[in-house]
Amino acid sequence: MPFGRHERIRFSKIYSLSCFRPSTKDEHGQIGQKGYSRVVYCNDPENPEALQLRYRGNYVSTTKYTAVNFIPKSLFEQFRRVANIYFLVVACVSFSPLAPFRASSILFPLLVVIGATMAKEGVEDWRRRKQDIKANNRKIHVYRDHSFSQSKWKDLRVGDLVKVYKDEYFPSDLLLLSSSYPDGICYVETMNLDGETNLKLKHAFDFTSSLHDDSSFHHFKAVVKCEDPNEDLYSFVGSLSYNGEQHPLSLQQILLRDSKLRNTEYIYGVVIFTGHDTKVMQNATDPPSKRSKIEKRMDKIIYILFTTLISISFIGSIFFGIRTNRDLNHGSYGRWYLEPTRTTALYDPNRPILAAFLHFLTGLMLYGYLIPISLYVSIEMVKVLQSIFINQDQDMYHEETNRPARARTSNLNEELGQVDTILSDKTGTLTCNSMEFVKCSIGGVPYGRGMTEVEKALAKRKNLGQGDANVGDDSGRYGDPSGSVGKGIKGFNFRDERIMGGEWVNESHSDVIQKFFRVLAICHTAIPDVNKETGVLSYEAESPDEAAFVIAARELGFEFFQRTQTSICLHEIVNGQKVDRSYELLNMIEFSSARKRMSVIIRNAENQLLLLCKGADSVMFERISKESKQPFEEETKNHINKYAEAGLRTLVVAYRVLEEEEYKEWEREFLKAKTSVSVDRDDLVDAAAEKIERNLILLGATAVEDKLQKGVPECIQKLANAGIKMWVLTGDKMETAINIGFACSLLVQGMKQIVITLDSHDITALEKLNDRDAIAKASRESIRKQLMEGRSQLDLAKSSSVLFGLIIDGRSLTFALEKGLESLFLDVAVDCSSVICCRSSPKQKALVTKMVKEGTRKTTLAIGDGANDVGMLQEADIGVGISGAEGMQAVMASDFAIAQFRYLERLLLVHGHWCYRRIAMMICYFFYKNIAFGFTLFWFEAHASFSGQPAYNDWYMSFYNVFFTSLPVIALGVFDQDVSARLCLKYPMLYQEGVQNILFNWPRILGWMFNGLLSSMIIFFICKNSTIHQAFRSDGHVVDYEILGVIMYTCVIWAVNCQMALSINYFTWIQHFFIWGSIFFWYIFLIIYGYINPEWSTTAYRVFIDACAPTPFYWMTTLLVVVATLLPYFLYRSFQTRFQPMYHDEIQRRRSEGGESGGESEVPDRVKERIDLLGERMKHSHREM
Amino acid sequence: MDQKNKTSKKPKNSKFSQQELPAWKPILTPGWVITSFITIGVLFIPTGLLALSASDNVVEIVDRYDEGCIPDSYSQKAESYIQNPNQNKTCVRTLRVPKKMVAPIFVYYQLEKFYQNHRRFVKSKSDKQLRDADAQDDTHNCFPEDYTADNKPIVPCGLIAWSLFNDTYKLSARGKAINIDKKGIAWKSDMEAKFGSNVYPKNFQKGTLIGGGKLDERIPLSEQEDLIVWMRTAALPTFRKLYGKINTDLESHETITAEVENNYNTYKFGGRKKLVLSTTTWIGGKNDFLGIAYISVGGLCLFIAINFILLYVFRPRRLGDPSYLSWNRQPIV
Repeated sequence: MPFGRHERIRFSKIYSLSCFRPSTKDEHGQIGQKGYSRVVYCNDPENPEALQLRYRGNYVSTTKYTAVNFIPKSLFEQFRRVANIYFLVVACVSFSPLAPFRASSILFPLLVVIGATMAKEGVEDWRRRKQDIKANNRKIHVYRDHSFSQSKWKDLRVGDLVKVYKDEYFPSDLLLLSSSYPDGICYVETMNLDGETNLKLKHAFDFTSSLHDDSSFHHFKAVVKCEDPNEDLYSFVGSLSYNGEQHPLSLQQILLRDSKLRNTEYIYGVVIFTGHDTKVMQNATDPPSKRSKIEKRMDKIIYILFTTLISISFIGSIFFGIRTNRDLNHGSYGRWYLEPTRTTALYDPNRPILAAFLHFLTGLMLYGYLIPISLYVSIEMVKVLQSIFINQDQDMYHEETNRPARARTSNLNEELGQVDTILSDKTGTLTCNSMEFVKCSIGGVPYGRGMTEVEKALAKRKNLGQGDANVGDDSGRYGDPSGSVGKGIKGFNFRDERIMGGEWVNESHSDVIQKFFRVLAICHTAIPDVNKETGVLSYEAESPDEAAFVIAARELGFEFFQRTQTSICLHEIVNGQKVDRSYELLNMIEFSSARKRMSVIIRNAENQLLLLCKGADSVMFERISKESKQPFEEETKNHINKYAEAGLRTLVVAYRVLEEEEYKEWEREFLKAKTSVSVDRDDLVDAAAEKIERNLILLGATAVEDKLQKGVPECIQKLANAGIKMWVLTGDKMETAINIGFACSLLVQGMKQIVITLDSHDITALEKLNDRDAIAKASRESIRKQLMEGRSQLDLAKSSSVLFGLIIDGRSLTFALEKGLESLFLDVAVDCSSVICCRSSPKQKALVTKMVKEGTRKTTLAIGDGANDVGMLQEADIGVGISGAEGMQAVMASDFAIAQFRYLERLLLVHGHWCYRRIAMMICYFFYKNIAFGFTLFWFEAHASFSGQPAYNDWYMSFYNVFFTSLPVIALGVFDQDVSARLCLKYPMLYQEGVQNILFNWPRILGWMFNGLLSSMIIFFICKNSTIHQAFRSDGHVVDYEILGVIMYTCVIWAVNCQMALSINYFTWIQHFFIWGSIFFWYIFLIIYGYINPEWSTTAYRVFIDACAPTPFYWMTTLLVVVATLLPYFLYRSFQTRFQPMYHDEIQRRRSEGGESGGESEVPDRVKERIDLLGERMKHSHREM
Repeated sequence: MDQKNKTSKKPKNSKFSQQELPAWKPILTPGWVITSFITIGVLFIPTGLLALSASDNVVEIVDRYDEGCIPDSYSQKAESYIQNPNQNKTCVRTLRVPKKMVAPIFVYYQLEKFYQNHRRFVKSKSDKQLRDADAQDDTHNCFPEDYTADNKPIVPCGLIAWSLFNDTYKLSARGKAINIDKKGIAWKSDMEAKFGSNVYPKNFQKGTLIGGGKLDERIPLSEQEDLIVWMRTAALPTFRKLYGKINTDLESHETITAEVENNYNTYKFGGRKKLVLSTTTWIGGKNDFLGIAYISVGGLCLFIAINFILLYVFRPRRLGDPSYLSWNRQPIV
């Protein structure tokens, strides 16, 4: 073992470990009580008490159903829908004499619909089950019969001892006993839990960490008492009794299922929670299910139809009651052929009200065809198919990461076409999140040539005028290919021959440079990782920034190659020779978002005590020593500002020499703060850290670039042209954010900026006084004032076409989101074409999203890549996850996952638009076809004294929704395109059709319903009048009930299918096949059905072949009715496309007239003008909202 | 995680999966609109004229006799007249042939306000019993005409059969009887498959309440064509049913004497009865509606087409005028 016991300074001492708050005393007092009653007998499987507890095994099942409960449970799910309940009730009642049709003909479509939905559920669940099986059968080493042997995850029991090797997942929640490290630490990666890719440190108890080999567990016995299973990932209460002593447990000793062991050869642990009791499984609640606005409106339409259904049934039953009552008048019959004296309650002239009521129930069934039974299942199928197309889109496939787009939910496809506001994260979403070290300022001298993308954009903006010599010393050398650095180094894009290749020693301030890079090489939490085969050194770092620093230090000759628990070892190149230097690591004060800095305390070989510190400029400069002279403070500040302007992330690097005495005193205090078990422990630790991080000596500043992703500016431009507003929520500094804004064309030249900030003098003055209430009050006032100013600026500019951009920082945002200011803030923000929120926290991101969503009542889309975006993604109407570097957390919380930001353009403008249009048309058409059909029944009733006799054979009707009209509408929902993908992208304005919901507004919906009503009237009255009583064929036969049914039904089938053909203008072979196939199928059905025994076919027996088909009358009526039915819609559309065209009509006309397919150049100028003009109008209209 | 066995997830490049199938994308250009309206007009008007002329060629004699066949003394109490079984109900009607009627001439009876499509009525029969001699007890739909008072199954059961139309007509011209052929008036499919050739009427019309006509118990149902015609229920409350065929021509201006036996009671519910003699053409009997409808639709289309042409001439749309766009005319909320 490399370390003797005396020199073992434990990591636990070096790290402040502030992130693991040990549970306080009073929590421990609760052990054994309610909620804290779990008892685990470690390594004692035969213990009778342990057997009695019967904790669940480690078998997990994430499926919704089991083989046993699948049928009842999925049926229950089905019948939670109002429409389905209605159909179930109808099916039940259909066995009674109330039913106007045979029970089987009602049951059949219901069974088809329910069966299809259940099959879909079943397939989805089967996939989950396959995943479960995979997880349950993973292998783990378990201690059984005095040795570790392989076993399956599912066979693990509570109390088992397990051994987990490097890069394996933990099979359940474990108590860490010991690891391959002598003091029982280990590193875990919790990406699957919280999406953070950095490694976390876990630490076993001293007294268990000595159990180092398999044999030492022979006599190991312990009892753990702890909390009951719960979902809190960040706390753990429990105690371990071992050798008769009680030890409080904390999260430091707990390894959670689904996290991964890293950088540690192996660990030993005891299973505490298994299977569904583990924290991660307890957390596995379904994400809030989102429903699209269209679907919500669709529900309303269903209610309208129910109302219609009830009212026409009611009207029918009133008439029925009156007629029935008249049939028996003081003992004399009316319609004697109905024998009104000997009757049942269904038709009893003596009790007309009861008869009318029963008839009302019959009517509810009869007119049930108004409610489209297959609507829900068709929409679900269509959406699944649409998602498949989204997943299959080659233009959204990212070659480098091998990731296609993924629609994780199919509920929201059409919502993609209605997005009004995009809320975007910056890092990793707009940028690549691969940090590159590009510049630094050391001792007041800027180093690093090369131009960032932001600089390029800025230069472009300045018309390449003054250039940017200030930032990148001589830009003339930019792009010099003979740079000594190989291009392939990730995270390093620094070129400066003055300090590279060991040249830095020749600089006048080489000592500062040396210290600067030493800080970068030592002050971090990265872990080196040498690939055993290739010998290549790589680093595991908490953040990409940190990795960039360590890599930069390595490239400049300060190679960090080993971290032990107490030291950091570097290869330093001194005079061309590699020298190993070791620094003793004494303390580490970690980075936190509140502290914005990190420090390490080391002792170097010269026995000097040093504090090395790096952090954000806002906190660092106030800690720079005021006493000793800082010769280059001003220059450094200047450089930092320029870097920030260039869109770079900056950090200030400083150090300090410590005196032994001072350090000793401070260390005592710090240890005390660390080990205190009170609520304000973190504050104490911070305060202690504050004491030593002062009087720093400035060394310089670093600048790393986060490159913009490919195509981001173009994409944002396109989205802006489509009238979509864009909000960027970033953690960056204001200057950085603004410049990134320019780089990605979120802000454009000539745009007026409204900046809201709290960095004014009065506030800073108040801050010094440290009076929280006063600050808050003053801040609120200041923000109100700034917002009012912005408002008046906007009002002034209303008539002109000046665009505004709003920039607000995180602190101001806190106040702006408060109740009193929220509406004002939103009011100003929605009038600006782009909004940037800087320095915002994850919670603020979610709050802003919520505010926009609820304030504007329009569709919001949030896009992000990291765990900090999860709240935002779930809050927004649509969450889009970028499957990038920062783990899968965002993707897991998202509704759609894409690999690059630029795919958003295609996702929204093409797929969103298509899906919106398809679903909107589909629903409208659905209602049309069912109203057109349902009302013919009603008109027939009016001629059958409302007796409840359906106009058609039972089976014609039950096949209506299932076979004769369903496939064309599904083809519409899946394949229809108003304009091609290329034109969707070319005319982004088309997207406004969805945003303004003009394809699914009430006039349009009601228009379609009216069209349905009209169609039903035309169909019925033409059929009725043309067949009224005369012979319809030359052999003298007349039209009877059976034949009228066939004629009318034929007309309905033709009319609704031709209506479909008329309302789409995109015919591939699929559309042709389904539309004409459906009509053809009706005839096929009629022939086959007609040849079945008349006991089954009843009124359809040979009715087509014998009676209808040979007569010209039948075909002529069909033709007349179809043309007459389609005429109103055709007329309307002819007028509309000519005199009141919608935007897609325009584009279609261009395409057909101008031969758009020829090429881009053929767009006439006037079209371009038109588009520009439209764009202008859009801006105005937004302002007017 | 398992990046080692990296299989490309690149979507397949097919026209189908990329939604780029070759498609026909018609749009409503003025040319298209005008062409289609004119086409419909041009097709429909001649068709309508054809149908109209066919209907015009049909010679039809309609004689309403429900009122005329009540003797004046009974005019206020038609019901008691019709319900009196001992009353002789024969009445003589005189019909005039307006134009030459070429055989076959179809004889119909027409009833009005008779709801054969009433649900209670339509349901009241047993298909099985009609077809199958062994199923005479299958009468569950037939209530109240299912069993006789002494609980014997009625064949054919149900209200439809029970209310069988029983007026009879005898025609003669110039003192010579015109033979009415009662064969072949029912649908072949009904006679072959819906009514059994070994099912004979039983206990029919034996109750206290007599509905309509009676059946000869020696003839199987499949040959009782009047019953078969009657039982094929009508769709609407006004309907005609075939009574028979006349296979000789009737000359123009000929006077025909119809001896009507007025048995069927439509007075209860105010229904009319008519005797109809009609020839047919390829379009069937006399009905101008279809022809007129065709001509109207065709005419309407032509009218619309002309209007469209005029609109395009006098109010051409300015190209590139965005104010035509729907959302520019609607105030944005």
